[in-house]
Amino acid sequence: MARMKFVCDTERCIECNGCVTACKNEHEVPWGVNRRRVVTLNDGVPGEKSISVACMHCSDAPCMAVCPVNCFYRTDEGVVLHDKNVCIGCGYCAYACPFGAPQFPSQGAFGVRGKMDKCTFCAGGPEVNGSQAEFEKYGRNRLAEGKLPVCAEMCATKALIAGDGDVVADIMRNRVLRRGKGAEVWGWGTAYGSRQAGQPPAAPAAQGAKP
Amino acid sequence: MKNTLFVVALVAVMSGCGEKPQALQTSGRDAPAYGGTGKAFTTAGWLQGDKASWESQLKARSQYGQNDYTRMN
Repeated sequence: MARMKFVCDTERCIECNGCVTACKNEHEVPWGVNRRRVVTLNDGVPGEKSISVACMHCSDAPCMAVCPVNCFYRTDEGVVLHDKNVCIGCGYCAYACPFGAPQFPSQGAFGVRGKMDKCTFCAGGPEVNGSQAEFEKYGRNRLAEGKLPVCAEMCATKALIAGDGDVVADIMRNRVLRRGKGAEVWGWGTAYGSRQAGQPPAAPAAQGAKP
Repeated sequence: MKNTLFVVALVAVMSGCGEKPQALQTSGRDAPAYGGTGKAFTTAGWLQGDKASWESQLKARSQYGQNDYTRMN
């Protein structure tokens, strides 16, 4: 079974914001809501790094844990989705998410917070796959069309990779081996667990460790 | 008679204190993605509804679309 994951290669990201634009266009995301955005660290300083950030569809998603109405669910492919018919727009998920993924439209009176909107890994929502209702609420369901998320598929430098965790990790590993640097996969450990992040193994237990 | 009226009245009053079920009507699980959309715009090369062909299609797509080294070398 595929286990869908995102990886952003900071050695390749050129901060073009193409992924952001593609996502907004594909899903007709309203103004003020950005399911994906590019963050630049040390902007203007030599050696600055950019990373494309959206919902990472965490293995142990904190948004699912804190939602008071249990509107989140996980698909068989590990994609974290939510039901807008159940969401009450409380915003707890926004506080819990380490990536700032949950977005809230504020088009109502007095800037009232609407139902949460976030990246769906281009997998739509609980409505019928490919239906108009699904598109209007969650955007296009590309996974059900046999495609991958549009942000990754159109990335010009292939900095953003999406797909089965084994495949994307293999692609990333190959790149790192060939260029000899850039093994820091930002967000991978936070989203999918540090043991999968290419990190050194956990420190041995104190009693078994030699001085 | 008095007792009967008392019991009826008691039941009527107490039923107001009864708790209604508050379980949320969540949608539960989504339809699986490998089921396809049954419409156009679906990529060719896999059979809608066939899980194995959907998985192999996505696996192949993530390789040839995203792995530069398979194209350059």
